[in-house]
Amino acid sequence: MNLESFLLMRHELVLTIITLIVLVAELSVNDDNKRKVISIATVLFGINMVIGFLPNMAGILFGKMYINTDLQWTMKNILNLGVFVVLLQSVAWLKETENKIKISEFYILIFSTLLGMQFMISSGSFLMLYLGLELATIPMAALAAYDRYRSNSAEAGVKLILSAAMSSAVLLLGISFIYGTTGSTYFDVVALKYTTAPLQTLAFILFFSGMAFKISLVPFHLWTADVYEGSPINVTSYLSVISKGASAFILVTVLFTVFNSIALIWKPLMYIIAVLTMTVGNLFAMRQQNMKRFLAFSSIAQAGFILLGIIGASNIGMTSVIYFVFVYIFSNLGAFGVVSVIYYKSRKENMDDYNGLYFTNPKLSLVMMLALFSLAGIPPVAGFFGKFFLFTAAAESGYYWLVFIAVLNATISLYYYLLVVKAMFINKNETPIAYIKTDWPAKVAILICVIGIFAVGFYSGIYQYITSISFGI
Amino acid sequence: MHTVIPIEYFLVTATLMFFAGVYGFITRKNLITILMSVELMLNAVNIIFIAFNRYLYPGQLEGHFFALFVIAVAAAEAAVAIAIIINIYRNFQSIDVEETDKMKY
Repeated sequence: MNLESFLLMRHELVLTIITLIVLVAELSVNDDNKRKVISIATVLFGINMVIGFLPNMAGILFGKMYINTDLQWTMKNILNLGVFVVLLQSVAWLKETENKIKISEFYILIFSTLLGMQFMISSGSFLMLYLGLELATIPMAALAAYDRYRSNSAEAGVKLILSAAMSSAVLLLGISFIYGTTGSTYFDVVALKYTTAPLQTLAFILFFSGMAFKISLVPFHLWTADVYEGSPINVTSYLSVISKGASAFILVTVLFTVFNSIALIWKPLMYIIAVLTMTVGNLFAMRQQNMKRFLAFSSIAQAGFILLGIIGASNIGMTSVIYFVFVYIFSNLGAFGVVSVIYYKSRKENMDDYNGLYFTNPKLSLVMMLALFSLAGIPPVAGFFGKFFLFTAAAESGYYWLVFIAVLNATISLYYYLLVVKAMFINKNETPIAYIKTDWPAKVAILICVIGIFAVGFYSGIYQYITSISFGI
Repeated sequence: MHTVIPIEYFLVTATLMFFAGVYGFITRKNLITILMSVELMLNAVNIIFIAFNRYLYPGQLEGHFFALFVIAVAAAEAAVAIAIIINIYRNFQSIDVEETDKMKY
């Protein structure tokens, strides 16, 4: 191992350096000029994203603790792109006077969580996985409690950190049993020694429960709606897209590489949880009035669809999960982008307030409509292909009933996504939200999302590339 | 004359501790006590890690390492959690979970 081999972890190294630069900038910029940090951090992160896209060197570091193959490289770049969109969307919010003195904190915390997710994605041992997971979770609670004087924000923060701590304790209990029965925490050694012995099955179930908390699958989803509603909107979009995408990805890789010998045990488990997650998420989403809460439950339902790809346990399964996450980032960030623009200009976030939005803000309404169509999976946009491949993966392994239930759920979800579209385009309103002039960073962010929603669906090269780097059991 | 304490003693103690933590997490009303319950669960896991390492795999140190990392992370977690709980107190003038329920289904 020489010094050059550290360049393998260039995503993490560059991100660490950027975090330190923002920290120094925070100290050296005086209180009146704190807004400079916004442009410094955003430009630096843009550079980081470009460096990330440079050709990858595959390899292993620290005695298999850290693994970087094309698969990890792709996933990190997808996350970087998503975070860049989130940063652009949050510029207008950070410029508000109440956030003036805590701008740098936002960037430092968000970069720390991203660093944790990237280490988690590259992990080759349970120790690394745990550390990445905690680094991704603890600063997230501070982000959720970012609005110090809003009681909802503090409540969201405490709910997030306590349920995260509880779930990581359960996860750790699982890891401790895995260690006790196999004598190692390294993925490759554990995979060789894993059987369906009772204690190992219990260990897997505990481990899976801990991960299910992070992706908010149904029996473990109760924190999601409250945390999403209470956090500032841009933190919610980060939480629902980036954090969820990273956890879904790590769940797929761990299930396929470490627990592949007990696939017979986790497939029925996934079956039940997928059905529960889709159905409960959809049923609760229907009765929400608050847009953030509505998108929270819709994201729970989307997590249920992700399980369809995992249950396929084939190359197509993994491809469809990564592809779906990629599409989901653009569609959900598009929807959240519009919600956040509207909220910070008019302070309105209820569905009734959106009545007649099309007549005053046609462009925003069209973007919102596109994003919701993509989330629902209506053909011309990318969301359709994302769902289609997930269904293919499950059907290929013979889970026809599961696919049937999923299609039913997709239809139900269409109903509540169209409720918002109906409110914007058809419902009459005496006092609609006045014309909103979107600031240019948010415009760029929304533009990236719209291009993504179309391009990812129409350009087949992306799917083929992901297929070439994925693997099945 | 050395008599070795069997591993079961450690595992039973740790399991009792863990589920005492789960019980406290579910039933307690005070946020600080809930945080203490979580710490109890994490410490129970540490005992399990170290007992497994000492008795089953005495030749290596992975379990000890894991326990050290868990202790460090738990400290960071407690620091952030307490900071947020102080924030809760400023907003609600209480750290009782019954009071902090502005958002509900």
